[in-house]
Amino acid sequence: MSLILDHVNYIYGGDTELAVHALRDVNLKIPDGQFIGLIGHTGSGKSTLVQHLNGLIKPTGGAIYFNGEDIHEDDFDKKKLRSKVGLVFQYPEHQLFEIDVFSDVCFGPKNLGLSRKEVELRAYEALKQVGLEDEFFYQSPFDLSGGQKRRVAIAGVLAMKPDILILDEPTAGLDPKGRDEILDRIAMLHKTMGITVILVSHSMEDVAKYVERIIVMNKGRVLYDDMPKEVFKHYKELEQIGLAAPQVTYIMQALKARGLPVNTEVTTIPEARDEILRIYGKHA
Amino acid sequence: MLRDITLGQYYQADSVIHKLDPRVKLIATITFIISLFVVKNAFGYIIAALFLLSAIKLSKVPFRFMVKGMKTIIFLLLITVIFNLFLTPGEALVSVWKLTITKEGLKSAVFMAIRLTFLIIGSSVMTLTTTPNNLTDGMERLMGPLKIFKVPVHEVAMMMSIALRFIPVLLEETDKIMKAQIARGADFESGNLIKKAKSLVPLLVPLFISAFRRANDLAMAMEARCYRGGDHRTKMKPLIYKKRDAFAYFVLLCYLAICIGANLLVIPGVIL
Amino acid sequence: MGIIKTDKLVFEYIRRDEEGNVEGITRAVDEVDLDVAQGDFVAVLGHNGSGKSTLAKHINAILYPSEGTVWVDGMDTAEEKNLWEIRQNAGMVFQNPDNQIIGQVVEEDVGFGPENMGVPTAEIWERVEESLKAVGMYEYRRHSPNKLSGGQKQRVSIAGVIAMHPKCIILDEPTAMLDPNGRKEVIRAVRALNAAENITVVLITHYMEEIIHADKVFVMDQGKVAMEGTPKEIFSRVEELKELRLDVPQITLLAYELQKNGLQIPAGILTTEEFVEALTCL
Repeated sequence: MSLILDHVNYIYGGDTELAVHALRDVNLKIPDGQFIGLIGHTGSGKSTLVQHLNGLIKPTGGAIYFNGEDIHEDDFDKKKLRSKVGLVFQYPEHQLFEIDVFSDVCFGPKNLGLSRKEVELRAYEALKQVGLEDEFFYQSPFDLSGGQKRRVAIAGVLAMKPDILILDEPTAGLDPKGRDEILDRIAMLHKTMGITVILVSHSMEDVAKYVERIIVMNKGRVLYDDMPKEVFKHYKELEQIGLAAPQVTYIMQALKARGLPVNTEVTTIPEARDEILRIYGKHA
Repeated sequence: MLRDITLGQYYQADSVIHKLDPRVKLIATITFIISLFVVKNAFGYIIAALFLLSAIKLSKVPFRFMVKGMKTIIFLLLITVIFNLFLTPGEALVSVWKLTITKEGLKSAVFMAIRLTFLIIGSSVMTLTTTPNNLTDGMERLMGPLKIFKVPVHEVAMMMSIALRFIPVLLEETDKIMKAQIARGADFESGNLIKKAKSLVPLLVPLFISAFRRANDLAMAMEARCYRGGDHRTKMKPLIYKKRDAFAYFVLLCYLAICIGANLLVIPGVIL
Repeated sequence: MGIIKTDKLVFEYIRRDEEGNVEGITRAVDEVDLDVAQGDFVAVLGHNGSGKSTLAKHINAILYPSEGTVWVDGMDTAEEKNLWEIRQNAGMVFQNPDNQIIGQVVEEDVGFGPENMGVPTAEIWERVEESLKAVGMYEYRRHSPNKLSGGQKQRVSIAGVIAMHPKCIILDEPTAMLDPNGRKEVIRAVRALNAAENITVVLITHYMEEIIHADKVFVMDQGKVAMEGTPKEIFSRVEELKELRLDVPQITLLAYELQKNGLQIPAGILTTEEFVEALTCL
């Protein structure tokens, strides 16, 4: 189950002078089971990129292969692709429409033409996966809190049993605890079910904490594609394109500038804590 | 990209017509349309054509933009012409099977085609040279006297202006919700009419909810900024008539006079 | 009495089921006492549903107290005759940048408030110019708001409020829907207004980094003020904040973790400089 993007280009606005080159020669390989962070400032092309991954947008140049098959071949089953590559848009709770939570989550699997029993089983599982309690299943989705709605919407995509789950800023607008809850759930799904996760995020701290690979987009191009440690070494370049490194990186750089022999490659709080304790001769 | 749609079809240029007060343009357009139905002979149409052409020339808007508006009504135009051509009783010119083209039919078909074409191009000149905002302002002022009859003129104008502001936002939103539902396997294209209508529910419900939420937010934001209807309100950009507007009204009056005059002209031997 | 003062403010609303029968009463704001001095930068923290937005809407007289009193610049918000003066003096910026811009052109939107107040045309133009300059959006005055970024839209909204010459502005999660750059833009603009124009600011947020420069912080939970103090005092109570579904800035958290592991670092560290200083002094 892999996705390959081969020299993908996307231009919109036709051939007028207003044409925008949203993606430029993007080459990526997304193998099974990775937890990937996709970062870039607003307008860098990351939203356009994720819509290519499940065939919502057709590239104007290049090709996308899912398990070796070109997804824009005529005989390719797009519906199947969309069930295998789940895409959770920003503010996904805005797409809820059914009279109760459970029916809304059933919408995806029902569209796949599954039996009623299978549909309901999947919806139930998905709601459990996002940690929604049974008491809410038959409430109107519009009566839930913001964090709960968000989880229902994510369950709506999970119920399609995707192999790859793409989330466009799943924590936008939530309070700190709500953010942690959602991200922990996603990390759990990745760990227990082996789903490939692509997390689009503006928070470098979140990215540093969860992902194993970072793709940095800038002006429609892939600027970096590497492990977090390696990518955040380029923190000065990241700043130039309107991004930043996690706060920890700056702290470690500042300590080093003051002559402390710290390893500046650490990116998360626990790592930084251990690193500083190491220097001061104590162990966590 | 849906957000790039500009509503109405305003064409930015620096011309006399652009600078005219929107009220002048509204009245001129209405007068022009009336004149099209007042004139009775070819001279009248020639005068109307000259008037229209000089307005287009002055507006500095490329002619192809004027014709763009025609595309949408080409069908209507054809139907009108065909009906007029075949269904007007009178002196027969050509007769094929059961269909007869009469002299009167031909005449009214040609006149009707000219009228519709001029009407569309004429209103295009107005919409192409006036921002929707300006147009709303103009309408609000022109309809001002209706306030006496309790017509909510200010409210209607405010509604129009808010609609213009939010249509691009809602279009973008529609696109987003549609994509989100397609990502969940929704199918908006295949199936018969009933199935298609049903498939719109997952799109329309979230869209309505969002529109109401926005309306609610906006109402609150407006109140927070001291909005309390049209009374006591001042204008940042009040409409004030300038010299060129007076001159435009004068030209318009002359045009109308000539049109009426043309109706009285009868040249022997010319059937039209 | 400060510019904004509340005395045992309570706001209750009645929950109804689908048939319209009363299900119960929710206290969204529960006996809140606030006193904000002119020129202060005050932050209100709290998780989603803690009552902070409901509180904010009382200051602008969008909501009225069920019990208790709110005064803005000495005027009781419950009195009808004060309504417009209160709304002019306590401007409000909301969360969603798209749902509060009324004009189709940036400058017209900024002029909306003064138009409603009946300000003469020439003065509206002056106010629009100075407000747009104050938030750094003057060069965009003829743009359509639809083509601006989120941060730019919020700055236009702020300009729209300051064109009404308010004594204070209340910002209800103005950065919740923005990216990090947009967030910085907006906070920078707000801080500049507070410093240069001495406008009182009430900033409601759940981004911890945005409040480290505040003069005073209120933390809300279940409609009550749960904590109150300077940012330093608030952020030195890491565990309590976590219980309230909140967080502390990364640097504060790191210092806290080190402290827990035996390093002698003071609590409530807010900046990298402070942190480096504290470590190198060991």
